[in-house]
Amino acid sequence: MTLPRYSRADIARRAAADIPAGSYVNLGIGMPVMALDYWTPEDGVVVHSENGILGLRARTEADPLDPDITNAAKQHVALGAGGSYFHHADSFAMMRGGHLDYCLLGAYQVSETGDLANWSLGQPGLAVAVGGAMDLVVGAKRVHVLMEHTTRDGRSRVRRRCDLPLTGAACVDRIYTDLATLDVTPAGLLVRDMAPGLTRQALQAATDAPLRYAEELAHVD
Amino acid sequence: MMNKIVASAAQAVADIPDGATVLVSGFGLSGQPVDLLDALAEQGARDLTVVCNNSGSGDAGLARLIRLGRVRKLIASYPRGAESQAFEDAYAAGRIDYECVPQGTLAERLRAAGAGLGGFFTPTGYGTLLAEGKETRLIDGVGHVYEKPIRADYALVKAYRADPFGNLVYRKAGRNFGPLMCMASATAIVQVHACVEVDALDPEQVVTPGIFVQRVLHVPDPYLAGDRA
Repeated sequence: MTLPRYSRADIARRAAADIPAGSYVNLGIGMPVMALDYWTPEDGVVVHSENGILGLRARTEADPLDPDITNAAKQHVALGAGGSYFHHADSFAMMRGGHLDYCLLGAYQVSETGDLANWSLGQPGLAVAVGGAMDLVVGAKRVHVLMEHTTRDGRSRVRRRCDLPLTGAACVDRIYTDLATLDVTPAGLLVRDMAPGLTRQALQAATDAPLRYAEELAHVD
Repeated sequence: MMNKIVASAAQAVADIPDGATVLVSGFGLSGQPVDLLDALAEQGARDLTVVCNNSGSGDAGLARLIRLGRVRKLIASYPRGAESQAFEDAYAAGRIDYECVPQGTLAERLRAAGAGLGGFFTPTGYGTLLAEGKETRLIDGVGHVYEKPIRADYALVKAYRADPFGNLVYRKAGRNFGPLMCMASATAIVQVHACVEVDALDPEQVVTPGIFVQRVLHVPDPYLAGDRA
């Protein structure tokens, strides 16, 4: 079944647009680092990268491919006005110490109560890789996840309960997928936005957890 | 007067014994001391425990050491990447032990060792598989996990400029784990793009004071050709 979907770029753009001016925001590996392309200096967002950079901006043709200015995914970026460098203990103090307003993370699964699984597929012989994810989810004031709604074989990544090892419990605030934007609320998942042309029935069929709908979606069947 | 500058990469790593614990700086290629790692590969030490955020890439540096079977155990946060095949092959074949540590916990365990602390409680990882078997404590109602310091015999670090006292300045985000690994090791060996005269570094801008550094090796960085630092 082919569903109407947002592209990966759409997902990153939607997540970037929701970050208010004045925020300090960390970008993780995967779709999150793509969000950098959607901010301009006028947006007033200061981007943190775990490798010891505040003030990341997207690289332009005029910027060199500097091996010592990369994002979390080791891709070349550039330093914007007012930027700074620092060592890893300071970088993670910014996370754990509660100094970041937002972090944008990739995920394998998120549960309806905001549990996050994004570091282990639980497969023997395949090394796990946690990176900075566990530090971010305990420290950032808000955690936004960017991920595909389903696995390649159609299994929902938005679940009643995660069945992969957790990165953190009850830590996710919002989920951006190729099908929808969902808020984690005390009453469960609230759909705020859906891919144009997608029906409620199709979205629910692609989602393991039960969904409620925000008032602004009253017009969508 | 003090002079920590050594003449060759071979001399810099000559005394690293089999079974040593070696800290390796870098986040991906940025800050990775490739020339010191190559010298260690030539030197031949085996059964190493290596502490590094990643696992090296391609067949150079740390990836080469792993490919050569010199690394018995890797302590890392994110050993996967586009070019991490050397580690992934060794791990899948059961030829290397691996301890996964959250990146901020890795950094802080190094800092704790360098600062003479007996470890610390962190909320990171509480309630996850990575906290299994570890002491926990509720602090102000929040679950914390006790983490031990990581002390090492040696650190291999890349910095930007050094003076004969071993005072260091790093280049951009190449700093990453360097300052922590210099602190946490008995013998910190640092490769730098430029060695400068005493007093050529502004004392207010020194990032790693020389007390944390034992050996300095001058290795011009090909990327910085033409940069007189």
